[in-house]
Amino acid sequence: MKSLAELAAIREKALKEISLRQSNDGYKIIVGMATCGIAAGARPVMNSFVEELKKRNLTNATVSMTGCVGVCRLEPMVEVIAPDGEKTTYVKMSPEMVEKIVVEHIVNGKPVKEYTIGNADN
Amino acid sequence: MRDISLHLMDIIQNSITANSNRIVTTISTDNEKDFLYISIKDNGKGMSKEFLENVIDPFTTSRTTRKVGLGIPLFKESAERAEGFLSIESELGKGTLVSVSYKISHIDRLPLGDIAQTFSQLVMASPEIEFELKMNNGSDSIQINTVEIQDTLGEVPITNFEVIEWINNYITESIKCIFGGVLDEILS
Repeated sequence: MKSLAELAAIREKALKEISLRQSNDGYKIIVGMATCGIAAGARPVMNSFVEELKKRNLTNATVSMTGCVGVCRLEPMVEVIAPDGEKTTYVKMSPEMVEKIVVEHIVNGKPVKEYTIGNADN
Repeated sequence: MRDISLHLMDIIQNSITANSNRIVTTISTDNEKDFLYISIKDNGKGMSKEFLENVIDPFTTSRTTRKVGLGIPLFKESAERAEGFLSIESELGKGTLVSVSYKISHIDRLPLGDIAQTFSQLVMASPEIEFELKMNNGSDSIQINTVEIQDTLGEVPITNFEVIEWINNYITESIKCIFGGVLDEILS
């Protein structure tokens, strides 16, 4: 069984890593998590983002949720806001699409055009 | 919604929108009665009597962008399909309590789903809110509270990816401990 002692160990380790996660100077990944988004599969998508960021040890992005973005038929939707304020909206997301977005957008700064709302075939 | 954990995700969003800073979720089973009980209690802004009377109607919502709200009606319907019920108590300025039940052995009862993923992600997205999850099978219980976790962590943020993963694993193991063999879908 997991114990609080493990948590203390995670704390020690995190404190040794010099850069504790900065929340305001990186990419913001915002997943639409209203009834429509959840029903369409938003939760596994958000989970994939957290897992990908952890796997790659990325500290320049935070993951959060918002309510209904307003285009329920295109859910699950994810907005990525770059440090310069540029917003990209990804639609009809699945967990499989997450890795590409993390690698190309969060790491290399190039939005994945084929997944964006502008490319949605309605 | 495919399982109970997704309904929980949805209903807890309501509590967050209502400006709660403490949200307590209880999942318990009564084997003799063959019932699963779930409750979500928050200290948010609550609802007026008039709003509460109509809140189960899908055409009632506090949103101003649109006139429909399906979260509560869907949750209610899923409970009623399995001989259960949904009830809501609320007081303006004090908070809201949503209680749901399911007959455990009913063929249409939704599976519990990935409760751990629901909670770890809620914590990730809203670290400023105190989340408490209590699990109880009538003889054993386990609870997890994010304020206690933050106290242990000190200056390390609870949104640290390893902490989130720990929370996820802790809840997964707790669910197995408490509901393994009690709910068919969870192996002990």
